[in-house]
Amino acid sequence: MNGGSEAPAVVVRELTRAFGEFVAVDRVSFTVARGEIFGFLGPNGAGKSTTIRMLCGLLSPTSGEGTVAGFDLRTGAETIKKHIGYMSQRFSLYDDLTVEENIDFFAGIYGVPADRKGERKDRVLRMAGLLERRASRTAYLPAGWKQRLALGCAILHDPPVLFLDEPTAGVDPLRRRAFWELIHEMAETGTTVFVTTHYMDEASSCDRLGLIDGGKIVALGTPEELRNRFMKGAVLEVRTSRPEDAAVLLETFPGVRSAALFGNTVHAVVDDPGAAASVASLLSTGGLADATVVPITPSLEDVFVSLVEGGRPDGVPGGEGTE
Amino acid sequence: MNLRRTWAVARKETLHVARDPRSLALAIALPVLMMLLYGYALRLDVDDVPLAVWDRSGTPQSRELVARFSGSRYFRVGGIRGGYREIEQSIARGDVLAALVIPDDFTAKLAGAGGAPVQLLLDGSDSNTATVVLGYAEIVTQRYSGDVRLRMAAAAGVALPREPLAFRPRVWFNEEMTSRNFIIPGLIAVIMMVISAMLTSLTVAKEWEQGTMEPLIATPLQPSELVIGKLVPYFALGMLDVLLCVAAGELLFQVPLRGSGALLFGMAAVFLVGALTLGMLFSIVAKSQMLATQMAMVMTFVPGFLLSGFVFPIWSMPVPVQAATRLIPARYFVSLLRGIYLKGAGLSVLAGEASLLVLFGVVVVGLSIRKFRKKLE
Repeated sequence: MNGGSEAPAVVVRELTRAFGEFVAVDRVSFTVARGEIFGFLGPNGAGKSTTIRMLCGLLSPTSGEGTVAGFDLRTGAETIKKHIGYMSQRFSLYDDLTVEENIDFFAGIYGVPADRKGERKDRVLRMAGLLERRASRTAYLPAGWKQRLALGCAILHDPPVLFLDEPTAGVDPLRRRAFWELIHEMAETGTTVFVTTHYMDEASSCDRLGLIDGGKIVALGTPEELRNRFMKGAVLEVRTSRPEDAAVLLETFPGVRSAALFGNTVHAVVDDPGAAASVASLLSTGGLADATVVPITPSLEDVFVSLVEGGRPDGVPGGEGTE
Repeated sequence: MNLRRTWAVARKETLHVARDPRSLALAIALPVLMMLLYGYALRLDVDDVPLAVWDRSGTPQSRELVARFSGSRYFRVGGIRGGYREIEQSIARGDVLAALVIPDDFTAKLAGAGGAPVQLLLDGSDSNTATVVLGYAEIVTQRYSGDVRLRMAAAAGVALPREPLAFRPRVWFNEEMTSRNFIIPGLIAVIMMVISAMLTSLTVAKEWEQGTMEPLIATPLQPSELVIGKLVPYFALGMLDVLLCVAAGELLFQVPLRGSGALLFGMAAVFLVGALTLGMLFSIVAKSQMLATQMAMVMTFVPGFLLSGFVFPIWSMPVPVQAATRLIPARYFVSLLRGIYLKGAGLSVLAGEASLLVLFGVVVVGLSIRKFRKKLE
């Protein structure tokens, strides 16, 4: 297959990757349109990184097929590498090189033409806010700066498709927001962004989302579609002075699929949306007289909790670490 | 192979080398240190053999014999002993390697029909040295014996027939027959083998361990560009090491360089490409810095010292071992350097070894490029 401008950025069908007995990615199929921000959401070990590595040509699929930027995953891995930018989980840069030297290196590797190198470099430095620190050793940069430099190094050659593997892990919320502004800017200029995350707020700002758990895609669609279509059951928000006790208690009630802590409140997923009153009375007989129960519109996180392994509370993503 | 990408790798690798002063210092100091250590300690010459003397005769004749020993450059009289017990102890302790015992009737028997018996006791544990010492002692005693005969004939007014044989040996290439001239060129070869493989054994494995390889293999960078680009700074460092070793040979050990310096450095360059890439091959295959250094040490040090012919002559090895030495690239570099240094040989004489070194380089570079996979599994 040839890379044409009309082809979708990413198409995969039944993509599978096994490591011995363990199937990390299990018959995954999806399409990412050009210029889209596609979020890949899932808990640690769900298969997000394995998928992204197959798409970047770093891992061969065990079975299944797909194209990236119009090139075949199996036969065109090296051609794909010319048309993508990839930022790995650890924003792995050369610590003993300066900001500028890292940029120069990747510009050389991507074959950025000499007459355009200066302009691209300046653009990346400005975008990453590293103009003043261009001569600093990368080792001494704070995590947020390294992250932006890593992004900068991955887009020096203006790739049509950009893969970001947990680009905001370990970065403070303010910097995360700034980083996502960069992602949106790039998408506006036509770059396709494929990003894995386990942050719900980041997932909500994607154009489309794929939810992956245990190597399988469990939901696919816009954040809006996911909230409306994929939620099994209704969500009740419980406010009380003892939310932990309430969560434990709620799990034992008939008709309650799951209960999970959301800040100071507890979200309970129930089969019947009209169960609020009965749940409140059960809580009050259980010793939580101050509990108030109201039905709410499910958030992405609710959808996630309800879909991921039947809503096991420890399946809630949000922790650090790698897959 | 794209030159710009190769150059980008070479540049960043040079920066890594330049920014790691400890490794850089080691890369420069280690070969010099090894030159000093092995150059001074490793001597195969048998000179100044410590000799104990028990002169029971105590006559002018016996003292002359002792003087012949102490006057030669091969022996150093290491004490006068008064009995076999003492001699036995000195030899056992290693104070002396040999003992000369002159009986009390020495002078009387000199003129007798049976000749005067002189005993040499020898520590034979190091058979090589013992053989050499025995040879020396035989020459000293034969000369003495001949001189005494001449004097006796002169005293009797008889003319002795002339020596029937006129032996005229001429030593080539290492006229002074100092083992240093033989050892230093080989030592340079062996040191360069070990150092080169060590220099590059970390470079690829380090990138896997630090996680910088993952973004790198997601780029259009080709294995050949990576291998050759990474080679550049280490090649420069290796050539500097060769220069230091040659300078040490010249200034500290006064080893004569008879052949062409350009040929020497040219051959060193060919050898370095192979030896450095061999280290990188270990790094590529092992993917772990620890394992790669260990492989480099084991695979170069032992064969380099034992099988290269640097100290232990290949012709005296059992035939299967001799065949094995053909696989050791250091062997060809050792004989090349010896040829250039001592024999002043040119490329026409050394073409065989030189082409084998080229082959070594081509094979190792080819293998490294093939073995480097742009995949994570």
